[in-house]
Amino acid sequence: MEFALSDDQRLLQDSLKGVLAGAASLEQVRRIAAGDTEASGALDTALADFGLASLLVSEDAGGLGLGLLDACLVQEVLGYHAAPSGFLANVLAVTALGTYPELLTRIAAGETKFGLAVTELTSRRDGAGVSLANGKLSGKSLLAMNIEGATHVLVADNDARLHVVEAIPDAVQMRTIDQTRAFHEVKFAGSRPVATLETCDRFLAVARLLIAADTLGAAQAMIDKAVAYAGDRQQFGRVIGSFQAVKHMCAEMAAKLEPGRALIWHAAHALDIGDPEGPVMANLAKSYMAEAGTFIARTSTEVHGGMGFTDLVGLHYWFKRIGVNRQLFGSPEQARETAAELQGLLA
Amino acid sequence: MKLDLDPEYEAFRAEVSETLAKNRHLAPTSEDKGYKNARRIVWQKLLIGHGLAARTIPVAYGGYGGEPDILKARIIAEEFARTRTPGPMAGQGISMLVPTLLELGTEAQKRAYIRPTIEGEMIWCQGYSEPGAGSDLAALRTSAVEDGDHYVINGSKIWTSTARQADMIFCLVRTDPAAKKHEGITYITFPMSTPGIEVRPLVDMTGSANFNEVFFTNVRVPKSGVIAKPNVGWQVANATLTHERGMLGDPNATKARFLELVMLMKDESVNGQRLIDNPHLRDRLMKLQSEVYAMQANGLRITTSRLKGEPAGLAGLIVKLNGCDLNHEIARLAIDALGELGILYEDGEHLRADGSWQWRYMYDLGLIIGGGTAQIQKNIIAERGLNMPREPKLAKG
Repeated sequence: MEFALSDDQRLLQDSLKGVLAGAASLEQVRRIAAGDTEASGALDTALADFGLASLLVSEDAGGLGLGLLDACLVQEVLGYHAAPSGFLANVLAVTALGTYPELLTRIAAGETKFGLAVTELTSRRDGAGVSLANGKLSGKSLLAMNIEGATHVLVADNDARLHVVEAIPDAVQMRTIDQTRAFHEVKFAGSRPVATLETCDRFLAVARLLIAADTLGAAQAMIDKAVAYAGDRQQFGRVIGSFQAVKHMCAEMAAKLEPGRALIWHAAHALDIGDPEGPVMANLAKSYMAEAGTFIARTSTEVHGGMGFTDLVGLHYWFKRIGVNRQLFGSPEQARETAAELQGLLA
Repeated sequence: MKLDLDPEYEAFRAEVSETLAKNRHLAPTSEDKGYKNARRIVWQKLLIGHGLAARTIPVAYGGYGGEPDILKARIIAEEFARTRTPGPMAGQGISMLVPTLLELGTEAQKRAYIRPTIEGEMIWCQGYSEPGAGSDLAALRTSAVEDGDHYVINGSKIWTSTARQADMIFCLVRTDPAAKKHEGITYITFPMSTPGIEVRPLVDMTGSANFNEVFFTNVRVPKSGVIAKPNVGWQVANATLTHERGMLGDPNATKARFLELVMLMKDESVNGQRLIDNPHLRDRLMKLQSEVYAMQANGLRITTSRLKGEPAGLAGLIVKLNGCDLNHEIARLAIDALGELGILYEDGEHLRADGSWQWRYMYDLGLIIGGGTAQIQKNIIAERGLNMPREPKLAKG
């Protein structure tokens, strides 16, 4: 038995951190949030050169054949740097497209990039929803992700089926609190799917697990920043980190985060080996990290005092990352309800 | 990442499971209460004989004499839990004194104490905390003054569980009042029957006396009871405190309680609706489940670190804080789920689970405080886990 990361997995995280230290420095993140396409282009290129697109694609389709645990480790590092990327959409497309090797090969080669229009799998409102009639999709989807630069979109219809469309639909940007990541309202008026797939528990579980991993990274960054700030800032002639009131806030953050890391590893591994409990664990991980992340986002900001509230230290990028993640692919309440349902606890 | 076990260990699991099944009829029942119950002692000896208790303690001292193997220990614990078979005896003698003796005791001390302790024939209590020395344990003042080959002990201890049943006490006393506070302490053992010892039960919020106060008035005890040597008691005690922290917050015990809560919510109905069909209660249940699973996975991480001989870091430091809090929260949800009937206690027709949920809710609060308060745990997490500055030392006034 070994419940730990391998040397390769640690190396994967360390080398990605090395890339993001430059391409997603706070300065670069600020530029991206302000809409600087040069900065976002540079980050995209750096991530593409790193080979993110092919990580999860099987080796016979030209990829590296890594697993969901590896994907979670990558997503964690992306969250740690508040780096926007198409990685999550890529992993979900690879998860869904198991029976379409030619698409997978093109994904691995970086020729095909996927956007995601699946919000309505968990929440349909404001007239949104997509239906399939006579082989054509019509309707709209809110808060679609990774639409800019995508060659294909994975879209969920009102019967929880997933379709792949080639034509990029009509897209209008939706502003959220997190300006580093772009979200769109997309309209489908007669797009013809090139592939149609049944969704399964696994698709939503993978989406929720990756979001949990992203929050893990972002929350870890917020703890590291709080501890560093508390070790530097002086009041009453002492560093504030020597006051128990501040130390206990930091200890509480660490105590909430650390079990979440283990839960994510366990859930990812369970999904990788086909353990039937995998989807339950993934939903529990989403719930756990949403709650722990919210606590840490608030507490870290408070440890920073007034500075935490300003734009100067940029802490708010992580606060907003965590706040958005909490709602994506369903609220923590929805994730818990799914976990209950998967265990047969619903009447 | 690899969670399945090698065939050797799966075979071991099958062997343990078979042994338990074969002997289950000899296990003590809820009728067999109290210390030194004959059936419990027979069961304990049987478990030792099969290597399911006192597994790594040498045969010479009454143990099974097995090689230390973290995975086998884990499998044994899992099989007891899975088959709901009463496990080996626990208690401060077995979990804290015996490891200390094995590490630091003399041959004579090991031969005299280990066998009767692990077989349940010799009960121990722990004399650490004092009215003026709780979180600041090293401030303890119970004095031991040399008198030939004896010490004469005066002072008092508090929070001493099993003091009324104990044959022996392992105790921290101040032997050098002139030394710095951590350097004048001695770890000593002596019989509770020694003249001059008075035990007063300390009734707590659960309504029973789970703890006691112990008073020493000119208690003459032989120096041969000292473990290691005089004035190094602080180091000796720290060796055993590590064992205690490991016991509090065990995730497998928490999972067992959680499963009881799930059963309760499936079995009980109010207004014709199963408790689990109430969406508010179900949401809280699932939230607790995420925490139970997280602490279990955290436990796997700690096991792996121990297997590799590496420090478990933050994963280890948070167990007591999180585990005790989680147990308390599980009891709280059980009480809320039972609603008005959740307030029943001790006995009565409508009482559920013998009133154990209310008992646990109160007792678990005691465990949040005992064994290193939550606040002390947070200091440890911040200072040792996050490398934050230590408390500045206050000037002596």
